[in-house]
Amino acid sequence: MDGLFSRYRNMSALLALLAGQLLLLAWQIKSDGDTRLIRVWAVTAVTPIVRGLEAVRVGTGGLAQRWFMAGTLETDNARLRRRTAELDIRNQLLAEQLQQAGRAQALLEFRSQLSSRSLPATILGNAPGVQSGVFFLDRGSPDGVKRGMAVVTGDGIAGQVVAVYPSASLIMLATSQGFAASVTSQKHRTHGLLKGDGNSCHVEGIRNEQALDEGEWFYTSGDDRIFPRGLRVGPVRSVRNGADGKEVEVRPAALDGDISEVLILLDAVHGQIPDLATPSQPDVQVLAPPPEDTHESAAAAAAAASPAPAGGSSATPQTDADRMKERYKRIVEGQNIQIGVTPYRAPDFNRQPAAAPSGAGTATAIQPPGTAQPGAPPTGSAPAGKAAPSAPKAEPKRTTSAQEQR
Amino acid sequence: MTEFESSPTHIPPDRLRVWSFHPATWILVPLVAILFQVYVPRFLSYLSYLELPLLVTVYFSVMRRQPPAGALTGCLIGLAQDALTHHYLGMYGIVKTLIGYSAASLSLRFDVDNAGLRFLLGCGFFAAHQVLYWALSHSLLGTHDALHVPQTVIAALLNGVVALPLFQVLDRLKSEAR
Repeated sequence: MDGLFSRYRNMSALLALLAGQLLLLAWQIKSDGDTRLIRVWAVTAVTPIVRGLEAVRVGTGGLAQRWFMAGTLETDNARLRRRTAELDIRNQLLAEQLQQAGRAQALLEFRSQLSSRSLPATILGNAPGVQSGVFFLDRGSPDGVKRGMAVVTGDGIAGQVVAVYPSASLIMLATSQGFAASVTSQKHRTHGLLKGDGNSCHVEGIRNEQALDEGEWFYTSGDDRIFPRGLRVGPVRSVRNGADGKEVEVRPAALDGDISEVLILLDAVHGQIPDLATPSQPDVQVLAPPPEDTHESAAAAAAAASPAPAGGSSATPQTDADRMKERYKRIVEGQNIQIGVTPYRAPDFNRQPAAAPSGAGTATAIQPPGTAQPGAPPTGSAPAGKAAPSAPKAEPKRTTSAQEQR
Repeated sequence: MTEFESSPTHIPPDRLRVWSFHPATWILVPLVAILFQVYVPRFLSYLSYLELPLLVTVYFSVMRRQPPAGALTGCLIGLAQDALTHHYLGMYGIVKTLIGYSAASLSLRFDVDNAGLRFLLGCGFFAAHQVLYWALSHSLLGTHDALHVPQTVIAALLNGVVALPLFQVLDRLKSEAR
């Protein structure tokens, strides 16, 4: 046996290492083994270093800037070139600061609108692995973070907390393989399951006959009990029919750009999925109604002031058609013509209609066109019985339209 | 006599030298590699395709020219990586154990100071690493993650290119073992 081991020493060592790790793996899978202690040690060892690196990065950024600005310049050309370089760098730094401030402001506004209790957090770094899609946050268990909590930004859902340690926590981005969330579309209310595939997201569980448009937004439905209902996810990038239902690709809006600050939802509260906004009205100016024609309004006022004929409508003319009807009626009456009686005599509709016999009709006819004060109510629209007594006092010398006609 | 001592090599015995490193190098270099993977891709996202812990594993393994040492190096670096992820402990450990063992075995047959071979080591072992990890995830954990072949090929080339200067830098830290 000793000879066998010595002959295959290398292979034995390899097998021993592999067997040990396979046993460790099997124990974790079988008993949902808690290797928390090892992980806590590892994360606790790494986090301070990463925090230190971050502090150094911020510090050296300022130093580098000062170094560039303090450089001695010998010739104008070199000076101008360096100056340009300095300004470029400075511009980049300022742009970065501005962007960061903007992001923070947007996140703050979003947080104030959010009904859920949330905790702002900053991304410290990536978890090891090629394109792992898992990030370290600077918030841990002392801050109340728990595994499974939703992580969002102002643009929508970003991911989910997958591990929590005293000094940090790990979040899995929505695009990571293994991520899943229950979603529903905004327009057609089509339900599906959002899954990450490493680069982007796709929605599964939508039948081919269900309606879904390209560009339609998905929101969380709250069915997964991780993400509260009503959080934005992202628009449909592509949709096509497939063998097992629709193949829908969605790009989470929160992950479109660089994310460095996020919100962890500590106490998620369901919201509402907003209805589609109605199309905005074109910018059209609509004028106020035109002023009443003075002659017609006088006649209308007279008609309104006169007692209503028996069986007729006693209401004041409200529309142009009503006023025209009244005008023709008075023209016919003024010419003593009876409609529908033989021998038939056609009325002259070019003549002005007769005014009402009472003084009420004089109220508005005396005011010539164009003299109406801006803002003053149209004369014809004045309530019957009110305009009549006041108008003669204002213009006592004018004649009525009926007198002019005679 | 082991199976490798009896196998033919393609390099003259005077170039089959075994290198050693300062104990601090054994700890700091893998730590820096892991920290690089944790911190740098946050600012330069395309560098997330760099698998520096793997390249360090390969380098230490081929320089030591001892398969058990290579396997142990890979095992420790892989477990350290595992501890910083949310996956089960041992996934990266097993993969890097195999990579370390294979790299050390190859170093017994080839001249690993050759730049071309170093490039191939970087490329080949990265691809093997990704395929092994994917296969283990499927077989042991039952996951259905997709293996993006074009991405993996491009990332393998990138890692091969990075392996050249990285190995040259690390060459400055080595000393001949007695």
